[in-house]
Amino acid sequence: MTSIGDLAGKPLRAERHGDRSFTSVAFLAALWFTVAFAVLCLAVLLVDAFLDGAVRLDARLFTEYTSQVLPERAGARAAILGSAWVIAVTAALAIPLGVAAGVYLEEFADGNRWYNRLIEVNITNLAAVPAIVYGMLTAGFALSIGLERRVVLAGGIALALLILPVIIIATREAVRAVPVEIRQGSLALGATPLQTVWRQTLPSAVPGIATGSILALSRAFGEAAPLLLLGGLVFVNYDPDGLMSGFTTLPIQIFSWASQPQLAFQQVASAAIILMLVLLLVMNALAILIRNRYQKRW
Amino acid sequence: MSSTAAHGGPSLETGPHRGTPKKSEPDLGAALKRRRGRYGERAALLGLGGAAAVSVLVTIGIIVSLLMPALDFFREVSLWRFLTGTRWAPTFSNADYGVLPLISGTLWTTFIGLLIAIPFGLGAAVYLSEYAHQRVRKILKPVLEILAGIPSVVYGYFALYFVAPVVLNDLLSVEVGTFSVLAAGLVLGIMIIPTVASLSEDAMSAVPQALRHGSFALGANKMRTTVRVVFPAAISGITASIVLALSRAVGETMIVALAAGTRAQVVTGPTENGQTMTGFIAQTATGESTPGTLTYNTLFAVGLLLFAITLVINLFAGVIVRRIREVY
Amino acid sequence: MKRRTQSLAAVPAAAVLSLGLAACGGDNQAAAEGEGGVSGEVVVDGSSTVQPLTAAAGELFGEEQPGVNVSVATSGTGGGFEKFCQDQTDISDASRPIAEDEAQMCEQNGVEYTELIVANDGLSLVVSKENDFAECLTVEQLQKMWAPESEGKVDNWNQIDPSFPDAPLELYGPGTDSGTFDYFTEAVNGEEGASRSDYNASEDDNVIVQGVSGSPNAVGYFGYSYLEENSDALKPVSVDGGDGCVEPSPETVGEGSYQPLGRPIFIYVKNSAYADKSHVSAFVDYYIENVDSIAETAGFIALNDEQKSTNEEALSKLG
Repeated sequence: MTSIGDLAGKPLRAERHGDRSFTSVAFLAALWFTVAFAVLCLAVLLVDAFLDGAVRLDARLFTEYTSQVLPERAGARAAILGSAWVIAVTAALAIPLGVAAGVYLEEFADGNRWYNRLIEVNITNLAAVPAIVYGMLTAGFALSIGLERRVVLAGGIALALLILPVIIIATREAVRAVPVEIRQGSLALGATPLQTVWRQTLPSAVPGIATGSILALSRAFGEAAPLLLLGGLVFVNYDPDGLMSGFTTLPIQIFSWASQPQLAFQQVASAAIILMLVLLLVMNALAILIRNRYQKRW
Repeated sequence: MSSTAAHGGPSLETGPHRGTPKKSEPDLGAALKRRRGRYGERAALLGLGGAAAVSVLVTIGIIVSLLMPALDFFREVSLWRFLTGTRWAPTFSNADYGVLPLISGTLWTTFIGLLIAIPFGLGAAVYLSEYAHQRVRKILKPVLEILAGIPSVVYGYFALYFVAPVVLNDLLSVEVGTFSVLAAGLVLGIMIIPTVASLSEDAMSAVPQALRHGSFALGANKMRTTVRVVFPAAISGITASIVLALSRAVGETMIVALAAGTRAQVVTGPTENGQTMTGFIAQTATGESTPGTLTYNTLFAVGLLLFAITLVINLFAGVIVRRIREVY
Repeated sequence: MKRRTQSLAAVPAAAVLSLGLAACGGDNQAAAEGEGGVSGEVVVDGSSTVQPLTAAAGELFGEEQPGVNVSVATSGTGGGFEKFCQDQTDISDASRPIAEDEAQMCEQNGVEYTELIVANDGLSLVVSKENDFAECLTVEQLQKMWAPESEGKVDNWNQIDPSFPDAPLELYGPGTDSGTFDYFTEAVNGEEGASRSDYNASEDDNVIVQGVSGSPNAVGYFGYSYLEENSDALKPVSVDGGDGCVEPSPETVGEGSYQPLGRPIFIYVKNSAYADKSHVSAFVDYYIENVDSIAETAGFIALNDEQKSTNEEALSKLG
């Protein structure tokens, strides 16, 4: 007879619990189908992009700037570096701000006060605002403080505002999932509320926060519309050299290439798509390592 | 008060507690606030509160920057005509400003998108959380998250050049033209699957094992436990993920701009093409209209309407989530 | 623990490697000052139609003067003018002349500018290679095809011309918020924005290419560069503007015989930028001097002599 202690922590397999009935098997099959569908879609997308773009998967994709004169020579160098710069700014702005706001709303705010409820509704609402509106907002904001709209910093602000609600929501859900015993135990041992949050609650919530941040930054990585509005470049032949530099990003460059008539541009656009997916994989892998290190089952 | 964990395991009386405590227990929130804490803690708390306030500032900023030009628009076009008209043609010489076609476009693409995202997302979440081996989960979850990261322009072209001609017309023999809300909605749904799946899966993983063990101990099989115990326990997180997915679907721009069409008409079936509110905003913001003109200001009127619609959806959803949130 | 740190290290290494590949292997920007070279950034924004021209110009100019960076954004002709008149860009790409209220805004902000023509474009009507009946259309026939009054009524080829077969009319065209749409509707229907709305509209001209080439009953219109690049899948329809059927080509558009669908393409240069920044003036001079080869590289049509002398006059006033 297996004891509770043995079961804890082991994955629960179907055989142990008499799941051979038809409905159970059908249920499991349905679940497999849903996962398979998602994986299939991804595979089809990748194969589709690969077939179009494999011809241009070469070193020049990384080292060359875009070219109007010789489309066969066009490369995504400025776009890669531009994306890196903009995402770095976005992460630096959105993650601290979002986690702080999420922690405050979940741990310290009285959920029954009207203004906290307003903020709650507010945030889910902001998650629905189309990305391009954040571009417009940042444009207005930049104009009012004298910042040029076409620079890396402005692009980073626009994307940070875009993903801020998602990070706040994910942080809240992650913090909410931490059992209250953890907090109570910490307070009982004499820690202050802030120490409790910083040393117990937050580390326990890291997996959920990491998930939310991965999804959010991936989304920011793939956005083109707000940056185009701000003045993201479609033709640039230098590396971004600071927060006040003009920039382009991979989605902008792909979009611009795809709408040009020359076949060579279509091909390099597909190659750049493959590149984006690979970089996404790297980003995700990094964040997953963080998540797996801290994942706990209560 | 629950007994302290003298044996190193969860208290037998009440089981592990999740998240913020119920009203009947001493209010921890208030208790936390009363404790004075160390030097600087007040300041840190203020900082955190300030971060939350930023979200309010952002909303105010959006409303203000949308409101002023939108008011200019409504000075020339009455609100009634805007909300009830069925012809949307602001850039044509015989202009009309009825927004219903755009709303119908958004409704159709969102509906089809959620029809895909919710079942497949929840199914994947249940599988990953309850059935999958740890090793399988480690691989599948990142794969799903990659789906979320694919740029929306890529999805848009995928819908346009692959889903519509190959999948719909050839494979499934559904007659669609170059543009359709069906092609756009399908791909929109695919993009949102990870949002539903990842957050729901996190919510379900966080349900304490003790609940599952209790259910098995009472003789339920895996499927029953999942559907009757784990799923309801995680309903708060699951609903939050669905609301987020809904918000995302309504606000998505590039996929619908590329694949749903640019002809604003009242959509009556999935195979028709139509323009969504966001598609129109994208088209006008990067188009040839001059900022400041009536044509350009339509952009702000539609943006404000979109903002208002999502506000109503979220208010409604907030009420529902609060009702069904389960605290242990 | 050691194994985990090793695998932990592999991932950031991969990330750094891909960034490193991008960051190295290129040349150094800081070149070209001395020896009579100029350097600096020329900031351009505006129409996406004109972008290939300015990009080609910037690239070719960059071969002569590597210190000059020409960066081009595409906020649209209207969006470009907004930034231009707020003194944020040096040059504005425009597929139409500046509008009155835009000119007023520039005046209010003290931005003086010079209009220069950089290419001609022939808006081309295209059908698939399998279409054997639509060889030439008069302007009246085009009106019947595209006028607002035709919405819902004209949906068959034999309504355009009785000699055409009984086949459904499939229409493709650019989005309603584009310079191409504005110009076409004014030229054919007499008023900007006057068009039927029941056609397949796309912002991306490649979609029009795909739609038209896929059906023998389809007809669409877009700029000449898209016709040129897809001449294996599409063929142009000649247009009779009153003097006989004229097929769009560099010659007919350049000399002005392709009427009424030939249009000039502009850039607007900020006078103060030209006067104060030597890299801007060098670029603009180069652009106008080599306007023919630049137009050809980008798939547009060269200027005629009259347009060139207008440019020279405008440039000389800039000094």
